[in-house]
Amino acid sequence: MGRHFPKGGPAAALASLASLALVSCSAATGASGPAVASSDAETEASEPYASTYERYPGVPTAIVGATVYDGAGSQIDNGVVLFADGAVVAVGDASLAVPTGYTQIDGTGLFVTPGIIDIHSHLGDYPTPSVPAHSDGNEATSPTTPEVWAEHSVWPQDPGFSRALANGGITSLQILPGSANLMGGRSVTLKNVPSRTVQGMKFPGAPYSMKMACGENPKRVYGGRGRMPSTRMGNFAVNRETWMEAQAWMERDNPARDLAMETLAGVLEGDIGIQNHCYRADEMALVLDMADEFGYQVSAFHHAVEAYKIADLLAEHDVCAAVWADWYGFKMEAYDAIPENAALIHNAGACVVIHSDDENGIQRLNQEAAKAQADGMRMGIAISDADVIGWITLNAARAMGIADQTGSLEAGKMADVVLWNGDPLSVYSRPQMVWIDGALMYDMNNPMLRPVSDFELGQPGEGDVK
Amino acid sequence: MKRLLTLAASAIALTAAPLAAQDIAIAGATVATGDGGEPIENATVVVQNGRVVAAGQGVAVPAGVPVIDGSGAWVTPGIFASLTDIGLVDVGAVSASNDVSAGDSEFSAALDVAPVINPAAQDFSYSRAGGVTRASVAPGASSGIFAGQGAIIDLGADYDAVREARAFQYVELGERGAGIAGGSRTATHVMLRNALFEAQRLADTGARDEDAMLTRFDAMALAPVLSGQTQLYVEVNRASDILTALRLPDEFPGLDMVLVGATEGWMVAEQIAASGTPVIAAALRDLPASFEELAATQSNIGRMVDAGVTVAIMQYDSSGEHPRNLPQAAGNLVGLSRVTGATGLTWGEAFAAISSIPARIAGHANEGILRSGAHGDLVLWDGDPLELSSAPIRVWIDGVEQPLDNHQTRLRERYRTLDESQLPAAYRR
Repeated sequence: MGRHFPKGGPAAALASLASLALVSCSAATGASGPAVASSDAETEASEPYASTYERYPGVPTAIVGATVYDGAGSQIDNGVVLFADGAVVAVGDASLAVPTGYTQIDGTGLFVTPGIIDIHSHLGDYPTPSVPAHSDGNEATSPTTPEVWAEHSVWPQDPGFSRALANGGITSLQILPGSANLMGGRSVTLKNVPSRTVQGMKFPGAPYSMKMACGENPKRVYGGRGRMPSTRMGNFAVNRETWMEAQAWMERDNPARDLAMETLAGVLEGDIGIQNHCYRADEMALVLDMADEFGYQVSAFHHAVEAYKIADLLAEHDVCAAVWADWYGFKMEAYDAIPENAALIHNAGACVVIHSDDENGIQRLNQEAAKAQADGMRMGIAISDADVIGWITLNAARAMGIADQTGSLEAGKMADVVLWNGDPLSVYSRPQMVWIDGALMYDMNNPMLRPVSDFELGQPGEGDVK
Repeated sequence: MKRLLTLAASAIALTAAPLAAQDIAIAGATVATGDGGEPIENATVVVQNGRVVAAGQGVAVPAGVPVIDGSGAWVTPGIFASLTDIGLVDVGAVSASNDVSAGDSEFSAALDVAPVINPAAQDFSYSRAGGVTRASVAPGASSGIFAGQGAIIDLGADYDAVREARAFQYVELGERGAGIAGGSRTATHVMLRNALFEAQRLADTGARDEDAMLTRFDAMALAPVLSGQTQLYVEVNRASDILTALRLPDEFPGLDMVLVGATEGWMVAEQIAASGTPVIAAALRDLPASFEELAATQSNIGRMVDAGVTVAIMQYDSSGEHPRNLPQAAGNLVGLSRVTGATGLTWGEAFAAISSIPARIAGHANEGILRSGAHGDLVLWDGDPLELSSAPIRVWIDGVEQPLDNHQTRLRERYRTLDESQLPAAYRR
C-alpha cells in the first residue's frame, strides 16, 4: 500500500519525505543530519517564543585517558576528547594530540559519554513540589488539544532539572504534554541549563513534536465523563476525524489562524514529529496504518511495553520505541511488559530509546539502559556497551530531530559531554563533570557548580548534594 | 533443562504446602551473609533441614550433602522487602484486582492483609525471580489514618505464604494522614489519640463509650499496639513530624514504633538514634516532592546510619518500582559514597539494609541473614548482587529450591522469534 500524502501539493509531500529522514532511527549516523524546518531563516524570523538560549563561557578542554563511548556505537579505550567554543573538535585514541591552550583533564579510570538525553520528561510541566497548583501537564478538557504548547507550562524553577543534571548527566530533554488526550499538544525540547525563562532553555533549532496517546488514558478520562472517546475504537475515530479536519483546513485558501490546525498541518507537512504514547502491540500497528492513511511519520512510540511483539514492524516503519527497562503491571495495558523488551527491539534492527517519564528515573537513564542490556544478555542477545549508550544519547536525539546537533561526540556537534567517575553502566558510577555546549555546568568536586533553584533557596538542605 | 521444566510447571500450579527441603552446600562462591560485613571470597554455605548450618571460609561440608560449585558466583541470603504490596495486586490500576486500599470501608485499623494475600499473583513470582524471599506486606491508608494490619510473608511457590499475620499496624501522620483525617495535621493527632484512648478503654474494661467513634473491631485491633505486642509503623517525613512522632511513647509507653518514610530524617538523626526507633526509608528520594520533603537527599540514609539509626531500605513510590529493584537502590547508596560531599553506605551496610536489617525490624531476626540456625533462604547470583548486570541463577526458601519462571519469562520465550510462517505465535509455548 502506497503512502498517502496530504493534499498540500508537492511541497508538502516533499516535506513529508524529509521528515522521514529526520526522524529516522536507523539511518547512518553523521554530523550532516537533515536540516529541520525550524532552522529555515524564514521560519526562524517568525517563530514565536523563540529560544533565547546562548551557550555559557567555556574553555578549550581536553579529556585524556578515559574510556569514551561516542554515542554512535563506538568505544575508544584510553581516548582523547577535545572541545572548544561550544563544539566537539575531535575525538580519538591516545595518538590524538592535545593542541596548546587546552585545559587538560586526566580521565584515567573515568568514562566519557555524550550528554544524556531524555526523550520523555514532564519536568517543569509536572514540577516538584507536586502540588495541584503545579499540575500543568494535561489540558484534560478536550480529547484533542493540538493547540497547547508544553513550553507554556514549563516552570524553569523545577528543582528536578538540577537533579537530572547532577545525578543523570542529562543535557537535553523533551518535555511532553501528558497522555490524558489523544492529541496532547506540542512538546518542547530544552537544554538542561538553569534559566529564568523557558525561552532561555529552549534548544535552538529543535523541531517541535506533537504528543499523541493510545489506549486506556484518553478513553478513561473522557469516557468517564460520558463523552467520546470511551473506547479504543472511539480513540481512533476521533483521531481520524481530527486529521481529516486538518487536511480540509490545509486545502483552504488563506484560512484564518487556528493554533490546533497549525500544529496538525505541521505534522502532515513533516515539520513536526509525533511522539506517541502507546503500550500495546496491536494498537501500535493500528497507529502505523493511521499514519499511512494521513501521510505522517511517527517519530517514536513511547512506553511501548509490547514493542517486542512487533519489533519487525517498527524496524520496517523506521519508528523508535522509547521504553523503560522494567516497568510493568501498573495498568492493564502494561501487563505484558518484559525486561527483555529493549534487547528484543534492538535485536530486530529497530531503534531503542530508554526514556524516563519520571522525575526520579531521569536521574538514572544510564542504569535503566544497563539493566535492559543485561536482561538481553541473559537471553543470549549481546549488545555492546557503546550501542547501549546510544539508546540514551544518539537514538533519543534522532527521534527528537536534533541528531545533527547533539547526541554523539562527533566533530562539529555541540559539546554536550559527561565525564563519569566510573563505567556509566555500573550502579556505582555517577557524573563527575557535565558540560553543555562546552560550558562546565556541573562539577561533583565544586559545590558552587551545583545549580539551586529559586524554590530551594533558604529551605532546609539548600545546596545539599541531593 | 528437565529440572527447569519441572519447576516451570510448579510455578503455574502452586503447591498447597511447601515442598520438602533439600540439603544444600555451595562452595567456592563469594558470600555476603547480610550481617553488614563485606563479602567473603571463596566461601562455603551449608543448609540442612531448611536451616543454615554455616557460612564462611573454611566451612566443612557434611558427608552426603551435594555440593554446588559456586566459583564465579555470589551467594547471599534472600532479600527482605519492606512494606510491599506483594500478593495484594495483579494490576495496580485495575481496582478489582487491587486489595491495597479499602477507601469505602467502615473499618480501618482492623483491616488485615493476611487472609487476602494471593501467592499466585505475578508480582510474587517476579519478586522471587529477583531474589526476594521474604517481605512485609502493608495495606494502604484510605478509610482512616490507620491503614490496617500488615503481614510478614515468604515468597515460596506454594499457598502457605503468611509467616506472621497482624505483625504490625500502620498509621499515617504526615500530609497524607492530614488529608484523610479532615484536612489538617491537627485532626490527625486528635484522631490518633482518640483511637488509642478508645482502644485502651475497651482493653481495660471491655466496655465502649456511647459516643465511641471507632468500630469495635478497629478498637480491638489497636489494643495489641498499645501493649507493644504489635508494632506501630508511623509514616512521617517532615523533620518536625518525626520529632512529634518520637514523643508518642511519652503518652503511650507501650508503643513499639517504627518510622516509615523519614525523608527528612537526616536533620534529626541524633534524636532518632537516641530514641532507638528503627526507620524504613526509600534510598533515592532527593526531590522536594511535597512540603514535608523539602530537605530530601539521597544522603538521608547514610547520614542516619552514621548517627546510629537502624535503617532498612524500601522501594520508593513510583509506578516502575518493584521489590526486585531493591538491590539497585542499595547499590546506588554504595555508589553515592564516591560522590564528593555525599554520604552513602558501604557494600556490607547497603546489602544488610535490604536483608538482615529489614528482617530484624520486622521481628524476624533469623531471616535475611546467613548464620547458623537462620532460615535456609539462599540466592545464587551470577555476579555482584547490587550490580545492574547481575541476577539470581537459583533461589531457595527454607531449603526448597524455587521456580523462577513466570508470565514474563514465558512471553520472552514466545517472542524470541517473530517467525509466524508455520503457525501464529499463540501456538508457541
